[in-house]
Amino acid sequence: MTETQYDRAPGDRPVLADEGTSSGVLVYTTGLFLALILTATSFWAANTSLLWAPGTHLGLAVLAIAQMGVHLVFFLHITTGPDNTNNVLALAFGVLIVFLVVAGSLWIMADLNDSMMPPAQPMNMPMHH
Amino acid sequence: MNIAVETVDLRREALPSASEAGPAPKRIIVAYGFWIFLLSDIVMFAALFAAYAVLVQATAGGPSGAQLFSQVNVAIETACLLASSYTCGLMSLAVRSRRRVGFYLGAVVTFALGAAFLGLEINEFAGMIDRGATPQTSAFLSAFFTLVGCHGLHVAVGLIWLVVMMAQVAVKGFRPTVERRLLCFSLFWHALDIIWVGLFTVVYLMGVHP
Repeated sequence: MTETQYDRAPGDRPVLADEGTSSGVLVYTTGLFLALILTATSFWAANTSLLWAPGTHLGLAVLAIAQMGVHLVFFLHITTGPDNTNNVLALAFGVLIVFLVVAGSLWIMADLNDSMMPPAQPMNMPMHH
Repeated sequence: MNIAVETVDLRREALPSASEAGPAPKRIIVAYGFWIFLLSDIVMFAALFAAYAVLVQATAGGPSGAQLFSQVNVAIETACLLASSYTCGLMSLAVRSRRRVGFYLGAVVTFALGAAFLGLEINEFAGMIDRGATPQTSAFLSAFFTLVGCHGLHVAVGLIWLVVMMAQVAVKGFRPTVERRLLCFSLFWHALDIIWVGLFTVVYLMGVHP
């Protein structure tokens, strides 16, 4: 009774009074199957020639983010419940920093690369970055 | 008499809010702190991912990812790590209901799958270095070995941690301290699998696809 007023520890699943361990196994098994389906789709999409090639990278990124979501929900038991607000807020801040670091680095380096002067004629070195 | 009845009713109707209830149990504090650590670890991996993505074209005349990576090897590695994440979940269920046999079974299978993953990765690295694709060859390979090697190092630390936890359960049993450490371990192991999802997508699948 008093447990409910505290936040929930990340990784802890809410344990209802009348449930056995079988429902916990069911949650993990559901997560495993969803993750397997998403992984198999990723490997198929990377190796097939049926899909529009320029869209493959975007599709792979979407599949990876979906699978990360599956892991967070079914393995780490992150929910939207009020006892999980702190965990979700910390996660949201982490995701923000990850996005800023990755997207910012790619943007800045691509921009630098574009505005680099072409190499002088005598030194015919391939300059990638 | 009347007063006693009223206080009981009051307690049932107005539970104190989280801030009035006093300090949270130690399990919540420890797990939340470890959650913050894991998120900062993921931020560190984000920096390594960004470095890899910037340098992926900078092969400096050396081999590219498409020439080096084996899809089959990566598929087996991914399956090993995903299955070990699953058995780690079953292990934490056994810990919650204090079933020793279930815990040892889950821990041993998790360890075996994690060790198989690590063995395959070391084998892959050795094969690449044999073919002259060392970290010194190009900026692409430096970034590759840093990113994938850092994840492999985390897996190795996790395996050592798992052995220590098995020994602690054997010696100390399911004490609250041991249970908190096991909760942190399962958080760590699931987080490593999440990082691997990003890793096999960005490095191996996008690298092989032109």
